[in-house]
Amino acid sequence: MAKKRIVTATINGREEEFLCEPRQTLLEILRGPLDLTGAKEGCSNGNCGACSVLIEGRAINSCMVLAVEADGANIETIEGLAPGDGLDPLQEAFLENAALQCGICTPGYIMAAKAFLDENPNPTEEEIRFSMAGNLCRCTGYDKIVRAIQQAAAQRAEQPASCEKETV
Amino acid sequence: MATIDKTKTTEESGETPKYKVIGTRPIRHDGADKVTGRALYGADIKVKGMIYGSILRSPHAHAIIKSIDTSKARALPGVRAVATSEDLPEPGDKVAELGEGSVVLNHLSSNNLARTKVLYRGHCVAAVAADNIHIAQEAASLIEVEYELLPPVLDVLEAMSESAPVLNPDVRMEEAATGEKSDQPTNIAKHLLYEKGDIEKGFAEAKYIVEREFNTSTVHQGYIEPHVATALWNNDGQITIWTPTQGTFSVRQQVAELLDVPSARVKVVPAEIGGGFGGKISVYLAPVAATLSRMSGAPVQIVMDRTDVLQATGPTPGSHIKIKMGVDADGHITAAEAWMAYEAGAYPGSPIAAGCMCVFSCYEVPNGRVEGYDVCVNKPRTNAYRAPGATNAAFATESVVDELCEKLGMTPMEFRLLNAAKEGTRRVDGVTYPRVGLVETLEAIKESDHYKTPLKGKYQGRGIGSGFWFNAGLKSAVTASVNSDGSVSLLEGSTDIGGSRTAIAMQFAEAIGLTAEDIKPYVVDTDSVGYTDVTGGSRVTYATGWAAYEAAQDLKRQIIARAAELWDVDPDLVTYEDGHVIGPDKKACFKKIAVELGTTGEPLVGRGVSNHNEPGGAFGTHLVDVEVDPDTGKVDILRYTAAQDCGTAIHPAYVEGQIQGGAVQGIGWGLNEEFWYDKEGHMQNANFLDYRIPTCYDLPMIDAIIVEVPNPGHPYGVRGVGEVPIVPPPAALAAAIYDAVGVRMETLPMSPPRVLHELLKKES
Repeated sequence: MAKKRIVTATINGREEEFLCEPRQTLLEILRGPLDLTGAKEGCSNGNCGACSVLIEGRAINSCMVLAVEADGANIETIEGLAPGDGLDPLQEAFLENAALQCGICTPGYIMAAKAFLDENPNPTEEEIRFSMAGNLCRCTGYDKIVRAIQQAAAQRAEQPASCEKETV
Repeated sequence: MATIDKTKTTEESGETPKYKVIGTRPIRHDGADKVTGRALYGADIKVKGMIYGSILRSPHAHAIIKSIDTSKARALPGVRAVATSEDLPEPGDKVAELGEGSVVLNHLSSNNLARTKVLYRGHCVAAVAADNIHIAQEAASLIEVEYELLPPVLDVLEAMSESAPVLNPDVRMEEAATGEKSDQPTNIAKHLLYEKGDIEKGFAEAKYIVEREFNTSTVHQGYIEPHVATALWNNDGQITIWTPTQGTFSVRQQVAELLDVPSARVKVVPAEIGGGFGGKISVYLAPVAATLSRMSGAPVQIVMDRTDVLQATGPTPGSHIKIKMGVDADGHITAAEAWMAYEAGAYPGSPIAAGCMCVFSCYEVPNGRVEGYDVCVNKPRTNAYRAPGATNAAFATESVVDELCEKLGMTPMEFRLLNAAKEGTRRVDGVTYPRVGLVETLEAIKESDHYKTPLKGKYQGRGIGSGFWFNAGLKSAVTASVNSDGSVSLLEGSTDIGGSRTAIAMQFAEAIGLTAEDIKPYVVDTDSVGYTDVTGGSRVTYATGWAAYEAAQDLKRQIIARAAELWDVDPDLVTYEDGHVIGPDKKACFKKIAVELGTTGEPLVGRGVSNHNEPGGAFGTHLVDVEVDPDTGKVDILRYTAAQDCGTAIHPAYVEGQIQGGAVQGIGWGLNEEFWYDKEGHMQNANFLDYRIPTCYDLPMIDAIIVEVPNPGHPYGVRGVGEVPIVPPPAALAAAIYDAVGVRMETLPMSPPRVLHELLKKES
């Protein structure tokens, strides 16, 4: 067994230091030592998107990243999305549109949708469906998820986020 | 969205809505937890001192286990326990009722840890618990198993032949009607036969007869959360299981039976459940984790990976179905005959009986004959999947109906309206329908904008399909505790798989005269609420909703008695109406009187139970437009509308969600999904890339039309809604493909290679 490494990363705005084996994925470290269980393991090979988190603002499957690769990275997870006194517009839109049933894919969906809307604030339905196809949902048939993302986009257009990101 | 929303339509028409809470769309009670990542699913549970389990699975589809040597695994540092079937009690030939029919315990036990044989690739052979998952996995790989290979049998018809290798030496063919069993071991576990009228006379009266054969592939429920169980076998012999499940009480009973302990010694704590669709009722890991906990003295968690889930859990059966139907010159069905063989997987228990009952369930069939077989093959033991057995059957029947319509020169809509099952229709299996809403779903589709909009393109086609599911009643219990501020905490035993907490709370709120937000619903463990059957059969909103209604009635009775005491009046003069307790000269709303009573006497706690069996079957009719790529055979869905009789839609948004989600699962079943096995019985696509469930890019919006024909067998007219929407899609898609390119698809899935094959065949 290879020696454990010390990794430092910014997670939800706070600098965190953790020990990991080279074979451990970022998902394993997030869910285990860091106790951030909002990212879910659905397939462990990058096919379902349930473990989506943001690295430098980009949505990635955290099951496909080794924790050692995250050294120095800025990582955002579902736990850091809501402001202290309420919910992010995406989270609200998912609830208002009943865009979840069992909810296991929801954290990954919301994080992937956040990265997508940050890049494309005014998407068409086609663009939403194309860009979100890496996140699987078995319950909803996606109809209400797409509508939730449309609503969040519309709401963002009305009230542009001011202090959203502190990254470069 | 083309949703007929009762609350909206009544508002628009100026009528007073019938209900105040029912029919509205409140935010679900567990919403914040679910969108912030706080909700704890199976693998999020952490128990102090927990260690981790790993399962060694069979690399062969069919083999005798000659020996298992665990010594190297045991010697690995960090390993705390190693278990094989020898560590589970020997269940003998005991049969147990486990909520979804009787189960031979030896089969269930062997499915958790194989005894003498492995019957499918991925069959659990041994288990290890270690300090971390990596050590556990390494140790599992050090276990040496000597197998004697046997030929596998994967095809349902082959498995029925006399020369086929027999999976289970204890299985005999049982005649469902008489209980008689065959003498010789066989893969055919059951034979069913239902007859009505005079089938020969019926076919003699027919002007047109169509007879076709269909094959459907094995498919998986495909829930995103893999199976997981955490177990603690405490030093006093008490066992606690934390697991995401459709039925905590079912897990309790299965674990107790398999570990041979009294069920009261097992407590099951429900984790949030990340999808199930029928596949999270049977236990796979809990008895193994409990055994490893007993051996190691520590709580043990075992999590499956996606490959395990696809190779060893679920699936729903592949099938071979023959349908023969006859119609007279006017288009009336004169006779219908079905021969159906369903894969049971490794052990008996396919949903063949439901398939037989559903096969002609949408039609008035004067003369019918349905024969069914439950057949073991070297695939995982099948489990329920949303309207289990009905989708395969509907695909076959509806495809023959579509062909009959063509011969008759009738539209599929005309034919269905002419022959539709309705109140008083007696199915071939003998059941007579109460008030049902198939005709209303057909009319809703007929009136839809979608139906009225013609298609444009050359390779475009339209198809229609209907489906039925029984729904279920069974047992439920809830407890309602009134809080000091007049809100109510509602404890229930139905695990919430898609928002049912809120649907239950809304029925309670309606009955007691509060808002949905005044109610705090909780799904609690098996020691904290009365016995409740599984979340399955589309029963929760119906049955647990009814229990909540009864809990409200109980509270009302208590409030009336206590208010009479407080006001010093005759209780007979006190009533409870519209959220208020009303005396001869006094009136108080629930919250006010609850607070007052809370300070003047014993606490207010209501109890409600239900065990009703008039769930009012559900019918759905789906309409789909497709475009077929003639060069590749790929089928694109252009437009989709699903109409369904929902009785009374408690929370219309989540009812639509059930219809949309079910329809999309049916679309996946129809177009993409299948287990690929090689000749040795090794599944070749046990991952989400190759076992491809629909993505959002594969689909348009799914228009859900809620039709409300209230169920007379429920206080609020509820019918279950979850299951039936998976039934019509493959049939509707097959009809649409025929309409588009003129080929009849008789095998599922209708994937590009299969469609292309039929197109090329047609050209030559």
